[in-house]
Order: sequence, then C-alpha cells, then structure tokens
Amino acid sequence: MFYRENGQFKTSYAADQQIFAVTQDRIAIWLLLAVAFLVVPFVASNYVFQAILIPLLIMSLGALGLNILVGYCGQISLGTAAFMAVGAYAAYNLQARFEGMPLLLALIGGGLVAMVFGVVFGLPSLRIRGLYLAVATLAAQFFVDWLTTRADWVTNNSSSGSVSAKALAIAGWQIDTPMEKYLLCLGILCLIGLAAKNLVRSSVGREWMAMRDMDVAAAVIGIRPVYAKLSAFAVSSFIVGIAGALWGFVHLGAWEPAAFSLDRSLQLLFMIIIGGLGSIMGSIFGAAFFILLPLLLNQVPHWLGLPISTATATYLEHMIFGVLIVFFLIVEPHGLAKLWSTARQKLRVWPFPH
Amino acid sequence: MMFKKAAIAAATVAASMGALLGAPAAQAQEQFQPLLVYRTGQFAPLGIPWADGKQDYLKLVNARGGINGVKIAFEECETAYDTAKGVECYERLKGRAGGTASFDTQSTGITFAVSDKAPGDKATIVTAGYGLSQSADGRVFEWNFPLLGTYWTGADSMIQDILKKEKGSLKGKKIALVYHDSPYGKEPIPLLEKRAAKEGFELLKLPVTAPGVEQKSTWLQVRQQRPDYVLLWSAGVMTPTALREAQATGYAREKMYGIWWAGSDHDVKDIGAGAKGYNVVTIHNTAEHDKVHEEVKAQLYDKGQGAAKDAKELGAMAHTRGMVISMLQVEAIRAAQEKYGKGKVMTSEQVRWGLENLNLTQERLNELGFGKILKPVKTSCDNHMGTDWSRIAQWDGGQWKVVSDWYQGDKALIDPLVKEYGEKYAKEKNLKVRSCN
Repeated sequence: MFYRENGQFKTSYAADQQIFAVTQDRIAIWLLLAVAFLVVPFVASNYVFQAILIPLLIMSLGALGLNILVGYCGQISLGTAAFMAVGAYAAYNLQARFEGMPLLLALIGGGLVAMVFGVVFGLPSLRIRGLYLAVATLAAQFFVDWLTTRADWVTNNSSSGSVSAKALAIAGWQIDTPMEKYLLCLGILCLIGLAAKNLVRSSVGREWMAMRDMDVAAAVIGIRPVYAKLSAFAVSSFIVGIAGALWGFVHLGAWEPAAFSLDRSLQLLFMIIIGGLGSIMGSIFGAAFFILLPLLLNQVPHWLGLPISTATATYLEHMIFGVLIVFFLIVEPHGLAKLWSTARQKLRVWPFPH
Repeated sequence: MMFKKAAIAAATVAASMGALLGAPAAQAQEQFQPLLVYRTGQFAPLGIPWADGKQDYLKLVNARGGINGVKIAFEECETAYDTAKGVECYERLKGRAGGTASFDTQSTGITFAVSDKAPGDKATIVTAGYGLSQSADGRVFEWNFPLLGTYWTGADSMIQDILKKEKGSLKGKKIALVYHDSPYGKEPIPLLEKRAAKEGFELLKLPVTAPGVEQKSTWLQVRQQRPDYVLLWSAGVMTPTALREAQATGYAREKMYGIWWAGSDHDVKDIGAGAKGYNVVTIHNTAEHDKVHEEVKAQLYDKGQGAAKDAKELGAMAHTRGMVISMLQVEAIRAAQEKYGKGKVMTSEQVRWGLENLNLTQERLNELGFGKILKPVKTSCDNHMGTDWSRIAQWDGGQWKVVSDWYQGDKALIDPLVKEYGEKYAKEKNLKVRSCN
C-alpha cells in the first residue's frame, strides 16, 4: 500500500543495481537530505546543534567505520577509540606543524595516518580470530593511551598534555557557528556514507562478507585473506580516523587523551551491535540510540518535576539505559536496522499481509 | 503485532524528540546559575561535597533574600568528570533565559574545551584554584577567571614551605611530583621546573594512570629514588590510595604535600592515624571555620534544607571551597548590579564585568561570614586571578590543623610564566591580545 512497487519496471542494469531500487525510497531519501541540509540549519537551536546533532553525526561516522570492520568483515575490534585518537592527533599535528595547512587536508591526513596505524594493528588478524583478535586490538587502545599521555611530541609539547584545534576554515569559509559545523559534519558523513555504501556493494565488499561468513571457504574460492582483511582494516580506520579528527576539532575544540579512552571504544562497539551489524543505516541508528537516549533519560525527571538528586538521576539513567539495551537485544538481536527493515516490509504488504 | 510495536516505538521516539527539542520555559526575575557537578564517577568523593557546598551557599543567599532582591535559580548538570558530557551540560545551560551567571566547570578537561567556546558564546568561566594557570592573564583570556589561585601559585607555596623547613636551601635535594596523568596533574610542571632550576633541586616526575587505584610501581620508584619530599597532585580515589601506599612503603607522611583537591576530610578520614602528618596546601584559608558555617547550619540544615545528607559535611574543606566559589560568583553578580542596576537580572557579559572588577575588602568578607577563610581579593582587567594566598594544613589523625603562615606565589617567577604561556596560547589561536590601559 505505502510501498506500491507495481509498475516500476527496471529496464537497464543501472536501474536494477541502484542503491535505492524503489522509487518511494529514493523520494524519501532525497526528502531527508533536503530537510537535513536546507530545513534543519534554519530551525534547530544552538543547543540542538552542539549537544545533539554534531555528536550524533560524528559518532555515526565512527560507527560506520567500525561497522565495515566488524559488521562486514567480521573482525572484532576493541581499539576504535585508539584509531579515533590517532586521527585526531595526526590532524592536530598537521595543523600545528605546517603553517596554513587547510582543514580538509588535515582531516584527510588524519584519516590516512589512522589508516596506516589500523593496517599495522590489523596484521595480527591474519593469524588470530574472534575474541583473541579483540584482545590484540585492545593492545592498540592501551598503546595509544600511553603514547598520547607520555610522548610530548604527540601534543606538540603542550605543557598540560591537552591540545586545542585552530579556527576551522575551508577555502575562505569560516566555520564558527554551530550551524556551519553541523553542515560540515553532515557533508562529510554523506560523502563517506555514500562511498561506504558503494564499497560494500562492490567486489571488495563481497570479499569482506565472504571473509566474515567463513574465511576458509572464502580462501578456497580465491579470495586473498591478506588483502580482504587488511583492506577492511584500512578503510575502517580511515573513516574512524576522520571521525576522531572531527570529534576533536569540531565537537570538543580542545581535548585531552581521556577523550579517546577505552569507554569510547566500547560505546562504539555497542552502537553497531544495537544499530545492526553489517548495515550502513544501522550505524546511524545505533549512534542515535546512544546519543539521544541518555540525554532524554537525563531530562525526564526535570520535565516531570521530580525532586530527585542529580546523582540518583544519573544512576537511574544508567540503569534504564542498560535495561533498554538488553530489551532491544532480546526483541531484535539483529539491531535497529533489522527492526526498520521489518517495519518497511510490513508497510509494503499492508493491508494484505499474504 | 510486530508492526504495532514498531509503530508505538516510533511514536514514542517522535514524541520525546519533540520534547527534547523544545526550549525550557523562561523564568523571569531570577538570576540563573548553572552548576556543573560530578556526583558519580571516579572523582565523586571530591565532587559531592564540592557540589553540596556550591548549592548550600546559593540556598543561603536566597534565604537571606537574594542579591538585592533577585533570587538565584540554579540547576545541576552531571558531568561525571567527562569532557564530552561537560560540553553537553555547558551547551544545555548556557542559553537559559535571563542570562547565565558564570560556569564553575569543576574539571580542567572541561575548562579546556569550553574556554574555546566561551568568547563566542559570551559565557564566563570561573575556575577557582584549577583550570589553565595562564588564564590569569586577562588580556588574553577575557572570559576566564582562575580566582584565588592557580596550580602554579599552589605549587610555589608548597616549595616555599619546604624551603622554610630546609632553612632556605634546596641544593642537591630531590622532590618528586606524583601526579594524576591528565592535564590536571601536568599543570604544575612548568612552574616546578623553573623552581627546580632556581633552587637547584632535582624534580622527579612520577605519573599515575587515571583513576589512580594502581600505584604500586610509582611508590616502588619513590622507595628506590628516596625523594626528600613528595608533592601529590591527585584527586578522588587517588589520594587515599597514595596515602596508603606511602604508609606501606614507609614514606613519612610529614614529607608529603597535597594540592588542595587532594586535601579534604574524605581523603584522610578513613585512614585516620595512618595519614597523620600529611600536609595539604589550602586555597586561602579554607581549612578554617567561620560564621558562614553557622549560618548555613541555622538557616538550612536545622530546617532540613541542606544539600548534603547531614550537617556533618559542613566544614569539610571541599564543602567550604564549594561555598567560597559560589560566594565569589554571587559577589560578582552583586558587583555587576552596582554598575548596571540594582535588583535586575544580569547578563553574562555584565557578570563578566563584575568578576573583572571584584573588590572584596576585609569588612565585606567579615560581613559575609568569610572573614577568617579569605583574605581580601581584588581583580582587574589584566589580573583575572585576583589575590592568591595559601596556607599549609596538616592532618593530625583526627582533624586538619593549620600549621603555616600565609604564603603567596612568587610573582617574579609566576608572572613571566603566565605571560609567556598566555601569549603562546593567543598566537596558536590567532587571538588578539587586548590592551588593559
């Protein structure tokens, strides 16, 4: 009913293989983009930009990067925050050490350094799998924690170990209002999201998924494990590195090593588990769940006018959030993305489910 | 069935999103004071009395009838000492109707992050006894106020006390800095290095990974290197752990000096006699009790309105510091009202003027009930710290005893450092250094 596909005939391969094959989906996504780019900038308040939308977009990007590694290629990583930190500190160093380094180049540079770092720490994945690999990536986390607090050159000899980004600008566009920062993050997320979606639909993406489903079988049919696994680490770390650079430059402005602690790694991993492993859309759902829900839970006692103390409210928030995670995993183990696709299927066949 | 559930879920999310986006209702004729606190997390033992102190004093001001009739509205926001959460709190509270007075972020990390945003938002950051030491330079840091003292003045006072004990010479001595490995712990290093070069002592830097519950290797180093004194830059759970390790190592607690955040009753109470002799530098004279304590007890706790569970917390150093910080913020609003209109709600910019033109005389402090706790404080355009004083308090196994005279940071050492680091910051950020003439 809502998704009447009758009469939509595909007459070319290009039409058959496009990302959104159904016309309604295409219209919906264009509408969504139009709202995000043209309407939201004019209606949202600074609080919504700074506290909700910008962290949401950046975390979506981070979750997307991690999802390529974990969801598509099946390599569990507990070192995501380390890759984010490498991206952030590399971008910072590029700006601090080279006078007049453009922002975009610094961001991409951060992504590239994170990529190299990711490939190096991805090497053990050729030999070890599953939980053992998770422990190996944990080493990346601890290594970067150590490096960022103890090596002075990483922070450009900052006396306190805290670094701060310079003013943001791209080719004369001074990015200083929250709205402009939002547009920057949105633009980057859209570009990388599109690239990632196409990548996972291509031969590379199929290799990753073959690796995830059964690496021995994949090797037998001629997929090189070295190439498939390391390319997943490279692409994933590149995206995560850019997310880290944005988190430091755009969201925090100034940061200390604790901003990229193990907590952040776990949070990202939970995001993609809740959102949906192996789904681009799921990464964004998962990030939204993790950014919006705690804020909501935190505000609820205020709206109800409940006179509970700040500490109690915080503990309640943690407890309810935990319960909700468990609830969602029981109701839909494949994540919010699966929930969405189920809903969509229902809409397609409604009102005649058979 | 599934569809129904999904629909309900979607509707709930949509409804709550709407509520989330909606702006909170404005409150007229009340001055809004945001309270960033951490009552949970690794620093909660320090954060709870601090937050209670801040709130208690604001309640007392309201009970006294407000600031020239303007009552103070306040709201707490939990940061858990997390920078990202702190930024969210700042964003949430900065735009409250009527103008927010000033932020006390309670965290060096959050201070770094919001200092960047403050000039654009016209938000004032008060960091009494913490934050960026160089932000005392009001020419560069227009919106930051590290009132009463910074880590540099605190570290300098410790060294002065040690100098006194060593009869004026530290040549060939070893002093270890055991610090929380974060911007907070690293802040005193530039000053201590300067001091070490001047006095000829050796500075050992021993970092402790946050949150600081694992310090065995650090204290092993202390045992091997045998420093003559240990300066402790810790907070939260790290302090009692360090004291217990010192006890286990056999390091004399008399030779240990804690920064003010490492010295409150909760840090030493459980160790009791084991912490006997432990020195702590107090910001001004916050180990002292004064009339304000009695007043808070009579006006709030006796009526069951205190922020803390019971009146026992009253007089703990962390609680007193909280009250002092609130008092400074309130007096800044009062100073602003003197200029911009009594009985009016001040904007953030006007409060900033008030902070920059703070002049708390001894009479005024006596009137407020802080006469014994603080010495007169005066700020100016280029001096955002005001007047720094400190004293050393020693734990005698049951309570804190003030054992030293008043110290003041060595201006000849600190001022050039403030200037150097302030100008470096301005250059990095492309800030214009304003003129104060």
